Amino acid sequence: MSSLLFDEPGPRARRRIRIATVVGAVAVLALLALAVRQFAAGGQLDAGRWQPYATWPMWRYLLGGLWSTALAAVVSAALSMAAGLALALGRLSRRRWVRLPAATYVEVVRTVPALLLVYLVLFALPRYGLDLPLFWKLVVPLAISNAAAFAEIFRAGILSVERGQGEAGLAVGLTHGQTMRMIVLPQAARRVLPSIVSQSVGLLKDTSLGFVVSYAELLYSGKVLASYNGLLIQTYIVVALIYLVVNASLSKLARTLEARQRRTLRPRRRLTRA
Amino acid sequence: MSAILDHLPEFWQGLTVTLQLTAASFLGAAVVGLVITAMRVSPVGVLRGIGTAYVETFQNLPLLVLLVLAVFGLPEVGIKADLLVTAIVVIALYEAAYIAEALRSGVNAVSTGQGEAARALGLTFGQSLRHVILPQALRTVVQPLGNIFIALTMNTSLAAAVGVVDLTAAANRVNLMEAQPIPIFVGAGLAYALIAACAGFVTGRLERRLVVVR
Repeated sequence: MSSLLFDEPGPRARRRIRIATVVGAVAVLALLALAVRQFAAGGQLDAGRWQPYATWPMWRYLLGGLWSTALAAVVSAALSMAAGLALALGRLSRRRWVRLPAATYVEVVRTVPALLLVYLVLFALPRYGLDLPLFWKLVVPLAISNAAAFAEIFRAGILSVERGQGEAGLAVGLTHGQTMRMIVLPQAARRVLPSIVSQSVGLLKDTSLGFVVSYAELLYSGKVLASYNGLLIQTYIVVALIYLVVNASLSKLARTLEARQRRTLRPRRRLTRA
Repeated sequence: MSAILDHLPEFWQGLTVTLQLTAASFLGAAVVGLVITAMRVSPVGVLRGIGTAYVETFQNLPLLVLLVLAVFGLPEVGIKADLLVTAIVVIALYEAAYIAEALRSGVNAVSTGQGEAARALGLTFGQSLRHVILPQALRTVVQPLGNIFIALTMNTSLAAAVGVVDLTAAANRVNLMEAQPIPIFVGAGLAYALIAACAGFVTGRLERRLVVVR
């Protein structure tokens, strides 16, 4: 195997690579062994502490949490994508009074932590008489903060469509709105699809803030479960694995989409393999 | 307004902790991220695999899950560390995956002729990485690294959810005493925005000085 950074290895390089392989593998195994020893010393590996996670009621409960996570993620993704599209179009508008507020919103929200927004909705709004249900206490701040991220993705996508496309639309007599809707947006949508999927992974990760809101999504379900059965490490490791499997599948989807796009758009030589 | 002025010491304390968290974990993340990047482009298959597995794992786990696991879980297996240190290490390891990904895209942006020229001169893999590829790769990713820095600043607030008294937690505490959420949270938000604005300003300056014209 050779890439542009190194040649087909000769005998000495092959020996070095073999040594590095062994050293790397040993280092990883040593780390794992250390972790297992620590776990075993604390009695965390006892079969009794893991047994409950082989039973269906446990999984039914956790999958219920996953369902709530998915619900919160889908609803806030839908809201923030709609708002993001509006903001992106606003930021690209020819009218200053539309452009300015949209740009301000994106720039400000991008620099405020999501947790602060959650606290704001959690503690500030009830004081002003707006006590949302738990679900919306999680979804609203997530939608507010992710709208800014989606707006930037959409704006980049719209700007990446060649000028000629929009000009051609105007030249054949379409209005600005029609050009946007029928020519620019469909092309932009296809280009930003991978970014949208990976931003959605980020959003799904953000739903773990339900831990703070005490909305029963996956992480909060884990918290409740751990305080009930006392299997703290085991519960959170199982929860982490569920997140890992779901998000890794979504990330894989994003990469597949990206690879397909790279083939159709413009092939380019790379120093390393993707 | 007086709600903020009366509690300036608490806010100041929180801001210091936030700045500590941000600076220390960004430094750690940069070092780990650089190592992971070098592993991911190396000729050794096992190292590439480890690097990829690292990035995949940490990019696909919510930071809050990692923080909860480390803060509440580690003491149960007999590892007792300072809360702030635990938070710094976890945030650093988490953000390292993002830095590694940004750096790798920077390596990919270096034109292929540069790598070929380095090899033609007889530089080894390590030498060509150190003297030719990485210096150019770093220049192209100033802006993405700045964005990661801002995201990291935002993410440090999650430490508040596991008990670190940073700016977010300080705001929350002051609010519980004063019950004036709007000025308090807006004040805290402004402080975060200020940090992000500083980071944006610095990366903007850096980018203009370092940019490689292609």
